[in-house]
Amino acid sequence: MIKSKLLNSITRTLRGVGHRMVERIWRLGAGARLFFLTIIYSGESFKRFHLTLREVYFTGVMSLLIVIVSAFFVGMVLALQGYNTLQKYGSSEAIGVLVALSLVRELGPVVTALLFAGRAGTAITAEIGLMKTTEQLSAMEMMAVNPIARVVAPRFWAGVISMPILASLFSMVGILGGYLVAVPLIGVDDGAFWSQMQANVDFRLDIINGLIKSVVFGVACTMIALFEGFDAPPTAEGVSRATTRTVVISSLTVLGLDFVLTSFMMVI
Amino acid sequence: MTDNIVEIDNLSFGYKGRLLHKGINMVFPRGKVVAIMGGSGSGKTTLLRLIGGQIKPSKGEVRVAGEVVHKQDRDGIYKLRRKMGMLFQHGALFTDLSAFDNVAFPMRELTDLPETMIRDLVLMKLNAVGLRGAHALMPTELSGGMARRVALARAIALDPAIIMYDEPFAGLDPISMGVICGLIRSLNDALGATSIIVSHDVKETFLIADYVYFVADGVIAAEGTPNDLMQSTLPFVHQFVHGDKDGPVPFHYPAANYQSELLKTL
Repeated sequence: MIKSKLLNSITRTLRGVGHRMVERIWRLGAGARLFFLTIIYSGESFKRFHLTLREVYFTGVMSLLIVIVSAFFVGMVLALQGYNTLQKYGSSEAIGVLVALSLVRELGPVVTALLFAGRAGTAITAEIGLMKTTEQLSAMEMMAVNPIARVVAPRFWAGVISMPILASLFSMVGILGGYLVAVPLIGVDDGAFWSQMQANVDFRLDIINGLIKSVVFGVACTMIALFEGFDAPPTAEGVSRATTRTVVISSLTVLGLDFVLTSFMMVI
Repeated sequence: MTDNIVEIDNLSFGYKGRLLHKGINMVFPRGKVVAIMGGSGSGKTTLLRLIGGQIKPSKGEVRVAGEVVHKQDRDGIYKLRRKMGMLFQHGALFTDLSAFDNVAFPMRELTDLPETMIRDLVLMKLNAVGLRGAHALMPTELSGGMARRVALARAIALDPAIIMYDEPFAGLDPISMGVICGLIRSLNDALGATSIIVSHDVKETFLIADYVYFVADGVIAAEGTPNDLMQSTLPFVHQFVHGDKDGPVPFHYPAANYQSELLKTL
């Protein structure tokens, strides 16, 4: 009796795990399908570029405030922490390099992507989820207008365009924040701060690699947000769950991708 | 050319192991207003989605203007849909566009008409539903009845041959209901279109429909002109038309014996 109960419980657990695995694989496939369809139907986003520009405003321009304010504080904290460590080794002049490299290589693209997922990603998911709930996507389909070409693709390209610009701004403002703490506040030499940065930050290895990362994060975060919205059950609870999933999946994807990209960039 | 613009032949459709339609046959003659009625969950809206090619039947076929809908590829279905206009239950207006832009949407997306002509056409469509003066309002600024009328103007934007209405009277006040009711009939006659109304509002639907199909338990339970159905002695039709509380559609959801359930010890 006890043995059969135990067996039943194990079977149930395994079945549950299997079911979840199949569901995840199915969602991954559906996401990949949406990605390829978005690429195929992207012509409209470029032919009628005002549709994409409008979304650049909503995803990019509207995210500026949070990105700039965060970058400023991140830069200031980096300078404070960096100075604290560097002065122990008598190399406090290298603070400019430390701030710049940390921002351009890692923090710029990664933190911007995390902020983007929280600010613009959730907005995209909620908007598309609600469009589905209120039958706006069905209405478009019934009008013989392809929602992937009209709704998904412009938002996708807007995200891909916005992310590297936002990440670059993040790095620039972060460096400015670091400068304000390091030079006027702590008293590090102004010339040393900028000249060391100029000498040690490589355009291809650091800046271009950082930009490549932000483009990849842009593709990932926007696609996740779009898929979650498109796949959300058409109920209030469904949209709310989808919005949460956007933040969680985007954040984990960005952190995982960052490790993979950094590894490749180190080797190459 | 056949006189029926839409024909449904031996159609079966089901999902999750449940058969919603079991071999349904219907015809929708050109120029007529035909209603599909039935209780909630009887698959009325699903029939509209089958006609629009949003889902595929399990068996049988739906023909629109002589073309089998589910045998079309994406381009073919889009070509057929250009002959259709659909009014969704809650309007489904694009919330980021004004009333004007909502009506202009299909014109801008599907035609190469110049903006000046689109402006005139949109104002004419909005005038037809009595809302030319509200063209600048956003969907959130419209009442339920007004939103439904703007959605109706959008549905007829490209002068479709078939206009489908999904519960056009649901949730409207009596005045708006009367307005929508009159518009469906007058627009159908003015455009020479065929209207398919899915509804469970007997009074309004019988007022404008030329022919009515009653769907119940996946089959056509009854059909005929509104007059025929008003006189019908069929128990289901009688219960539906007169709104009787009990009848073939029971008041109680199937449950265990009442007495024994109450006496059951926990």
